[in-house]
This record gives sequence, structure tokens and C-alpha cells, in this order.
Amino acid sequence: MDYLGDLQAFLPGIITAVAGLAVITIEALKSGHKSAYWVTSFSLIVALFFGIQSLGTPLQEAFSGMLVHGGIAAFGNVIILLGTLFCVFLSNDYLEGIDHNYNEVYGMILFATSGMICLAGANDLISLFLGLETMSICLYVMAGLIKNEKQGAEGALKYFLLGAFSTGFLLYGAALLYGATGTTSIPGIGAAASSDLLFLAGAALLLIGFLFKVSAVPFHMWTPDVYQATPTTLTAYMATASKAATFMAMILVLSRALPSVEGLDWQAVLSVVAIITMIFGNIIALVQDNIKRMLAYSSIAHAGYALVGLSAATPEGYSAVAFYLFAYTIMNVGAFGVVAYYERNKGLDFSDVNNLAGLGFKKPMMGVMMSLFLFSLAGIPPFVGFVGKYYVFAAAINANMVPLAIVGVLASAASVYYYLRVMVYLYFREAHKETEMIDASFLYKGALVILALLTVYYGIEPILPFGGLMELITGF
Amino acid sequence: MLDSYFPILILAGIAIVLALLLMTLSRILGPYRPNKHKLNPYESGMDPVGEARERYSISFYLVAMEFIVFDLEVVFIYPWAVRYLDLGLGTFISMMVFITILLIGLLYTLKKGTLDWDLKTNKI
Amino acid sequence: MESATALFSLIIALPLLGFLINGLTGLFVESYRNKKQLIGSIASTAVFIPFVIAVYFFINMNAGSEALIYKLFTWMDVGTFSVDVAYRVDQLSVMMTMVVTGVGFLIHIYSMGYMSHDEGYWKFFAYLNLFIFAMLNLVLGNNLLLLFLGWEGVGVCSYLLIGFWYTDMAKSDAAKKAFIYNRIGDFAFLIAMFMVFQTVGSLNFDVILGNLDSFTEGYMVAIGLLMFVGATGKSAQIPLFVWLPDAMAGPTPVSALIHAATMVTSGIYLISRMSPMYAMIPEVMIIISVIGALTAIVAATIAITQNDIKGVLAYSTVSQLGYMFLALGAGGFTAAMFHVVTHAFFKACLFLGSGSVIHAMEHVEHGLHKEGKDVHFDPQDMRFMGGLKKYMPSTYKTFLIATVAIAGIPPLAGFFSKDEVLAMTMNAGFVDGGSWVYMMLWGVGIITAFLTAFYMFRLTLTTFHGSFKLPTKIKEAAGSEKFLHENPWNMTTPLWILAVLAVFGGFLGVPNFIVETFTHEPAHINLLHDWLYKINADYIIEMEHWVEWVLMAVSILIAISGVWLAFRMYNNDQQEESDAKIASRFGGLYSVWKDKYNLDDVYEGLVANPTVKFSDKVLAVFDMKVVDGIVNAIAGTVRLFGSLFRYLQTGVVSSYALAFVIGVIVILYLMIS
Repeated sequence: MDYLGDLQAFLPGIITAVAGLAVITIEALKSGHKSAYWVTSFSLIVALFFGIQSLGTPLQEAFSGMLVHGGIAAFGNVIILLGTLFCVFLSNDYLEGIDHNYNEVYGMILFATSGMICLAGANDLISLFLGLETMSICLYVMAGLIKNEKQGAEGALKYFLLGAFSTGFLLYGAALLYGATGTTSIPGIGAAASSDLLFLAGAALLLIGFLFKVSAVPFHMWTPDVYQATPTTLTAYMATASKAATFMAMILVLSRALPSVEGLDWQAVLSVVAIITMIFGNIIALVQDNIKRMLAYSSIAHAGYALVGLSAATPEGYSAVAFYLFAYTIMNVGAFGVVAYYERNKGLDFSDVNNLAGLGFKKPMMGVMMSLFLFSLAGIPPFVGFVGKYYVFAAAINANMVPLAIVGVLASAASVYYYLRVMVYLYFREAHKETEMIDASFLYKGALVILALLTVYYGIEPILPFGGLMELITGF
Repeated sequence: MLDSYFPILILAGIAIVLALLLMTLSRILGPYRPNKHKLNPYESGMDPVGEARERYSISFYLVAMEFIVFDLEVVFIYPWAVRYLDLGLGTFISMMVFITILLIGLLYTLKKGTLDWDLKTNKI
Repeated sequence: MESATALFSLIIALPLLGFLINGLTGLFVESYRNKKQLIGSIASTAVFIPFVIAVYFFINMNAGSEALIYKLFTWMDVGTFSVDVAYRVDQLSVMMTMVVTGVGFLIHIYSMGYMSHDEGYWKFFAYLNLFIFAMLNLVLGNNLLLLFLGWEGVGVCSYLLIGFWYTDMAKSDAAKKAFIYNRIGDFAFLIAMFMVFQTVGSLNFDVILGNLDSFTEGYMVAIGLLMFVGATGKSAQIPLFVWLPDAMAGPTPVSALIHAATMVTSGIYLISRMSPMYAMIPEVMIIISVIGALTAIVAATIAITQNDIKGVLAYSTVSQLGYMFLALGAGGFTAAMFHVVTHAFFKACLFLGSGSVIHAMEHVEHGLHKEGKDVHFDPQDMRFMGGLKKYMPSTYKTFLIATVAIAGIPPLAGFFSKDEVLAMTMNAGFVDGGSWVYMMLWGVGIITAFLTAFYMFRLTLTTFHGSFKLPTKIKEAAGSEKFLHENPWNMTTPLWILAVLAVFGGFLGVPNFIVETFTHEPAHINLLHDWLYKINADYIIEMEHWVEWVLMAVSILIAISGVWLAFRMYNNDQQEESDAKIASRFGGLYSVWKDKYNLDDVYEGLVANPTVKFSDKVLAVFDMKVVDGIVNAIAGTVRLFGSLFRYLQTGVVSSYALAFVIGVIVILYLMIS
């Protein structure tokens, strides 16, 4: 066996896992030591570096066909690591501010990231399940980080119960697929695909497991409760990196394990789910007063947009979804980051939109960045959110799924309302006099500024004469 | 086909016989002086009958979890050890990595005082 | 990028770079705003280097050269619609580029002195650079869209610079007025562009002018008219000229650069560029000439009555632009371009000279304030001036030279260009299918020439001759002439350079017949004509040589009589009596001139007020009741659903699991059925 080749294939995952162990060791030996945070950041940067290096290489198998690397899997790694890295940057200050800056959090993040990388490169149902569970268990723990408050414990428990419930379906689906095809290898399943009942039921249950993780309607119910309960920067992590990883795994499974066989019509199923997800997510987001819940419903809606690209079931659609995840990750981490900044100011519950009144002028830089991320989330050009939506809807149209694209455009038009609503509060309402705003640290601001720049840069990148991120997203 | 399971049947038989034998022997040979406390149902120092929502010491769960972890470790190590000579160096390294990971976990839990029964010094 | 393209791209890029450096640094670094020497130098260099490069291109070109096309990148490519950011260096555009950057550079230098005490110094130079950038796009663009980009860009810069002192309500109103009047013209231009694209499927000049056959007659007339409407907006012709006199609210260098020398000539440039098309639609040509001649005489009559030194120059500019359109309509595209060039020289010189005077008058006002006298007067009102030649010799001499030039006294620049304009007008009456209308227009032009000589000398004599009248008008200002002095070198040097150009600029276009009469064979002393023959579809001169001599003699006589009359009436401090005399002679007509033909009121009554009322009574109601009503109804419905749906989110895990299971059942059903 080619051990070195295997190690290299899974290098970002190994780096994060080893770093996680190092963090746990540090915490065991010197509780609360600051170096854990630095080890985390450094390892993520190194992993990201290796991830970027393997962009544009062809998709290859490794670990005796358990994993794939390169191609779209490499792009998935980059998204995951990028999201994680910025969440870690933001978490340090934020968790310090709410007195929950445990080193274990970083350990959990690193293990979860390693699981995500495994998930996003899974080439076998076994490694897929392994990655998914490694990720999920860490996320359950993070959801319950604020354990002394009722909400925190409640959110974590709900997440765990429903997560376990969905895992059951996923596992059952995997078992049925194994039963129908006699293999757990994803390409193997694809080669033996048929339309007999066992296979169809297995595929459906597997999809349901995924749909739960990406919080598609009607498997989304946990999302707002959990997002609200989790510390905000970790919510950002959950909402972006874990979704990105699950979507990347879906891309690999759908494109390789579920080919278009007569009678196997998962496209229709996904498009139905996409439509109700987009409508439902956006409509409920309209009436939310709590920003974190609003962003939770917004993330449900965004999952709907990504599902539009998946339902297209073309290489173009998959690439579009990958780009969309990239866009969604940078702008959403940014939005959550600014919300986290507001929340750190004591005295008012800043996740209530009413309490943001007039803060746009009080802290102009944060206000501008919040507006920018919200604009991007709403899909207004020239920000990256627009480009992402454009690719996804264009892919749907090219795959003759015009109604899907129309619903998507209408839904995202409706979404402008609740994003702009936040800005109305930020800029057009009288400020509460008593609020004293703290200053964010340099690193915190720096991370947000970089995210903002990425949001703008990739918003105009497609029309620039050089560049071309989309070209890198190939290989299935 | 079922022939190959015959040794297991024998094993099960021996286990049952042995258990019955030992219980009977202890009843016959040992002294028997019952009182109220001795006849109480008993499980890990707790009364098994009562409110379901009673609070247990968290230490039980921690020990149980550690037990499961290392129990499973053994499940992996046994088959590997049996076939070790055929599998070669690669699997040896892999297994060492696996054991190290669990060791780090053990180190962490020990340092955090999972096996400390005195809850006052328990850091979790 | 090959070296020629790289060199060329500097012409476009440097002004933009200058704008970015001064604009951004000034915006973010407060201490930078005080480094005026540095800011001015950067801005001036950013215009000077392109000028040098333009001269280099000019030297390497001859009259027969093919146009050089420099494509920098593809701007947009949507379906069959593809536009490049490509520039076109040919005889016409290189000439315009030299005028824009050359005059622009002089005005930059001048502004360093003129604006030296202004807080918005950095902003001013940033805008000037941006203007140059836009103007270069306008003259160099190889397609209508790039030209339009520059067209709008100069409009924006004009808006920004007219309203430069935006705290003054009147000035910011003037800026808005300029912008809105321009929009009317722009709209017409846009439609013309759409029609062009619809017909030939491209906006490139080569393609348009090479496929003129594919336009139907009616289409071509419509396009020609619409483009002309666009030109009347930008180049201040009837009926859209009223914004230009108000635009003088901006700093004087801006008036010189934008509202006299360059931007306002872009309409002429556009029609000249499209001259092969216009040559095919004589009916539109007549309209252009009529509008031009009317504008010329209307503005000239208004100019006689003005007392604001910049006001006179503003109406004079409108009048001269009218001349240029007169020439365009008469098939004298080259004559029009000739007048553009010479006008750029002498009118820039005049404006800068007036700026110099205003600067000195403001200095007097400040001086009086320092002495503790609370005196306020309008530093632009020539009734307070007089006798300035003693105190400001350089300004006086250059102003006088430019005045002689604009009045049309040979051999200064204005004489040759104006003579060619008039000659071409008369000629258009002679050519095949020519119309008697042109001969009438020639008459209008001659009267205008007389008026021009008259009001320009009225201005010069009132300002510089006689005695300084401020002390006599305002008692407290006695002895204030001690504050009068000449301005520093960086303001007078550009004046002198422009004055020299105003003297010799006319030799670019000495009419050929002067030589031909004696040699009886075709002469080539009209340099400009030879230079532009490939681009401009001029009418051929059909007149006999003796007719041309007569015309020239008439225009010289007319100019001299205008000057003579002005000397009689205005040389010795009799301005107000003479104005009164003219007023009583012309009676009601004079008051019409004085009220600027009441055009502003007419527009306000006919267009502005009804529009406002209509918006208020009808559109606003429609918007509030119908449009908002529908939108609110939709939004309300959606919110209602949102409120209903949120009850599904009970917070109880078992209901979540129930939803989950229902989802599972539905998906399994969809999948398996």
C-alpha cells in the first residue's frame, strides 16, 4: 500500500486531527493555556495552504478507495478550512467576551473539521458515515457549550436527539444500498444502480440523512433552536462549514452513486424539497425579530438555493453549488461575525433586531460591513452572493428546470426584505442612548475586513479579465 | 453450514452450566443469615426501585464511557493481534496511532479528574 | 501589449491615475490636502504627459494615414452585442486630443494660482483630471458607447465643478440645471444609438460609416436629428442653451476649460465625426444651420445687455457655438472644427483673463475688509471696474489680443475661422440642391459678427479703459485701487501662451483662394482642410473667387465697424449712458434681450411647473395608492403566511420528529412511486 500517497491525500484532515490531539494534550497538561488557540489557527492555515495547493488536480482515489482527493473534493476542503479558520479567528474574542473560551472548543472544532474533510472526500459509505459522525458529535457538544443556561442545554439536546434520529435513517439507507448492490463503495453503488425497491428506498433514506444535515424543509426544525442556543461564532461554523461539507458529500454521492437510471428520479424529489425549502425558509425569516433566528431561517433558504443547483444534476450544476457554498461561507461567517460583535456588548440582548437601532452610525465600520454581508446574502450585485445565485439559477435553467429558477428568484427577491430590515434598524432608527460599544480587537476586525474584501472581490471576479475561480471547480 | 457454530454451542452450554453450578454451590456451602439490609435489591450502591428522575453521580457515566471506549479498543486490537504476523508493519503503525489517540484521550480525562470519586476535586 | 498601445494607453490612463491619486489620498489623508504644490504638480503632469504623447502621435501621422485603433480590452460581450474599450487615433481625434490636453494643461497651471486659497484644492484638481479623462474618452473612443461614456463623464464633471462651491444654493442649483438640460439631450443621443445598433448591429464608427447604405432615409433623418438634439444639449444650442450662462457659477478656470474650450464643443465633434452621414441628409443640415444661426444671434443680442463679465463671455460662447453649428449645417465640417480650435484659444484666454480680473477684484474686497470696511460688491460686475490696464498690464494685453481675435480682425485667429464659417454658409447656397435659406443665414451670421465685435469691445473697454469706478460707486471704497495688482506668473503665463495662439492659430486655415486667385491652380495653404479631408465630408466650394474676396471684405468691414462703434460708445467711462442710449433706441426689444428672451420663465411655466404639478397630483397618488397598494398587499400576505408558519415551530422535539417522519414518508413515496 502506498502509505505516503494516502497520507498526502488526506493531509488537511490529518493536520487538523493531529492539531486537535495537540490541543487536547495542551489542555490536559496546562488548563486554559493560550497556545491551544495559536496551534489551532496555525494548523488551519497550514491545512488551508495544502488544500489550496491541491486545487485543480484531478479527482483521485486514496486509502484503498475509501476517500477521494483533488478536484471538487479539494475545493470542498478549501471552503471548509476557510470557514473554520475565520470562525476560529472570531471565536477567540467572542468566547472570551462571554466567558466560555475553553480550549476544548478548539479541540472540538479541529476534530469536527477533520470529520468534515473526511465527509467531503468520502468515496465509501463507511468513510462517509465516519466523517459525518465525527463532525456531528463535535457539533452536538458545541451546541451545548453554554450549558448553564436553559436554552443552551435545550438546544444541544434537541440537536442530539434529532441528529441521532436522522443518523438512523442515513445508516438504514446505507444498509439498504449495500443490500441492493453488495458494496459500500460509492462508484460501486453507481455501477450497480437499479430501480428496484431496495435501491430506491436506500437512496431515499440516504438523501433524507443528508437533507437533515443541511436543514432542508421539513427536516429543518432543529435549526433555529440550535443556532440560537449556540455561541454565535460557533453557529457560524455550524451554518457554513458543516453545511458545506454535507453538500460536498452530496455532490459526490449524487454524481457518482446515483446515476440517472430509469425509475430513479431523485432530481424531482430534490427539486420539490428545494422549492418548499426556499419558500418556507424565506417566509418565516420575514417575521423573525431575533437576528440569529433570522439568519437560521436564511441559512435554511440558502440550503434551498444550493439544492436548486443539485437538482439540475449536471456538472455545471454541481460546480455552481460548489461556488455557491464558497460564497455562502464567506458572507455568512462575516454576517455572524458582526452579529457576534454586537452581542458581546453587555446590557441589551443584541440579537434582538430592535436593539441594533442606530448602531450603524455608532460603529461605522461594523455597520458598513454588516450591510455589505447582508447585501451579499440578499444576492445583490456586485457581491459574491449574487454571483453564486446566478450560477445556480443559470445551471437550473440550462437543465430545463425553469420553474425552479423562477421560484428561486422570487424567493430571493422576498429575502431582500428581511436583510434590508436589519439595515433599516442599523441606520434609520434612533439609537438607544445608554449603549456603550466596545472596540473589537485588531484581529477580529481584520478577519471581518478580509471576509468583506473576499465578498466584494469574488463578486466582481467573474467579469475581471484574469482570475476564474469557476475554472478550478471541476472534476467529479 | 451450522456445523461450524457447534463449538459456540458447546461454549454457551458450558457457561450456563458453570453459572448454575457456582450459584448453587455458594448457596449450599456458604453461611446464610439474611436480614433486611442484606435482602435489599442492590445495584452499584443505588436503590433500583424509585423515581426514574433521580440524579445519579456523573462519575458513573464517565466511568461507563471510558469502559466502553477501551472495551471497543480491545475489540479492534484482538483480531489485529491474531493476524499481526500476516499483516505486517503498516498495520502495526496504524494500530499504534490508534492506541496513542486513545491514550491522549485517557490522559485528558485523567487530568480532568474523571476517575476521581471525590466530586469536590472533580474539575468537570 | 505592444509598445504603441502601451504608450497610447498612457494618454487615457494618466489623467485617471491623477484623479485617483489626488482624489483618494485627499479623501483619506487629511494632511495631504494642504500639500497644494504637490497636488497641483501631480494633476498638471497627468495632463502634460498625455499632451506630449499626443504631439508625438501627431508628428508620426500624416493627412493620408489610416486611423490607428488601440483596443485595450473587451468591455462587454453579450450575445451579438459586443463593445470593446478601443480608441481611435486619427487626424480628427489627435487634433482634439492636443487641444484638450494642451489647453487643459495651461488651465491646470493657471488654476494652481487661481485656486490657491481654496479649501477644496485637492478636490478641484481631482475633478479636473477626471474631466480630462472623460473628455479624452469622448474624443478618442472608437465606438458610440465609449463616446457616450465620455459624454456622460464630462457631464458629471461639469455638474461637480459648477456646483463646486455647493454651499451656495444658487450655485448648486445651477449645477442641477446644467445636468438636467444635458440629460434631455443625452436621452435623444441614447435613442439614436439604439437605432444605429438596430440597423448595423455595431456601434463602431468604421462599421456605422461604412454601412450608411443600410439605413433607410427616414431612419437616417431620425438618427441625425436625435444626435443633433443630443448635441444641442451638450453644446448649448437653442432650445437647450439656458444652462450654460448659469454654469458660470463654477470657478473661472472651469468655465474656461469646460464651458468654453472643450466640453461644449463635443456636440460639434460628434456631428463632425458623423459627417459622412449628415452629408446624406440635407434637410437635417438646414435645420442644424438654422438653429446654429438663431442661437448665434440670440446669444449675441443678450450679450450686449450683460454687465457680468463672465455673463458676457458665457453668451459669447453660446453665440460662437452657434457659429460652429451654422458651419456644420452648411457642410463646413472642417470650418466648424477650425472654429472649435481657434475659439478654444481665444475664449480660454478671455475666460482666464476675466478670472484674473475677478481675482484682483476679490483681492480688493478682502483688502477693504482687512481695513475694517464692511464693503460688499459683486467682483464680476464690470460696472465697478474700469481703468484696470494700468494695474494689470499682462491681463490687459492678452485680453485685448483675444478680443481682437474674437472680433474677427485680420490676421488674428478668429478672423480666418469666422470668415471660413461665413464663406461656407454662403457656399451652401450655391452647391447643387443648395437653398436660399443659407444665404439668409449668411446675413444673420454677418449681423452676429458685427454684434460680436461690438459687445466684446464694450466688455474690454469698460473693464480696462477709463478710470477705476469702484471708489466712485461706493464711498467707503475710496483709495481701494492700491489693492489692485497683477496676478502671479502661474496665472499670467498661460494667458500669454493662449494669446500667442490666438494670434497665430488662424494660420492653420488660411483659405486657399487667396493663393489660387493669383496662381490659377489648386493651392494647399489651408493646412487644416488638408489634414481633415479623410474624415470630414465637406461640401466643395462652388463659389467664384471674386465672391469669396467680397465676402471676406464684407466681414472685415463689419468687424471694424463694430469695433469702431464700441470705441465711440464705451471708451471713456460712458458705459451706463451708452447702455441707456441703446435701450431707448431699441425699446421693448432691448428689454427682451435684457431678460434673455424670458426663456427661463417660459421653460419653467411650460415644462417645469406642469411636470411638478402632474407628478404631485397624478403620479404621486398613483404611486401611493396603486403601486404601493399592490406591493403592500403582497408583502402583507407573505407576512401573514410567515406568522402562520411560525406556529409550526413549536419548540417541542416530538413535533419536530413528527415533521421529520412526515417528510420521510413523502420523500419515500415520491422516490418509489
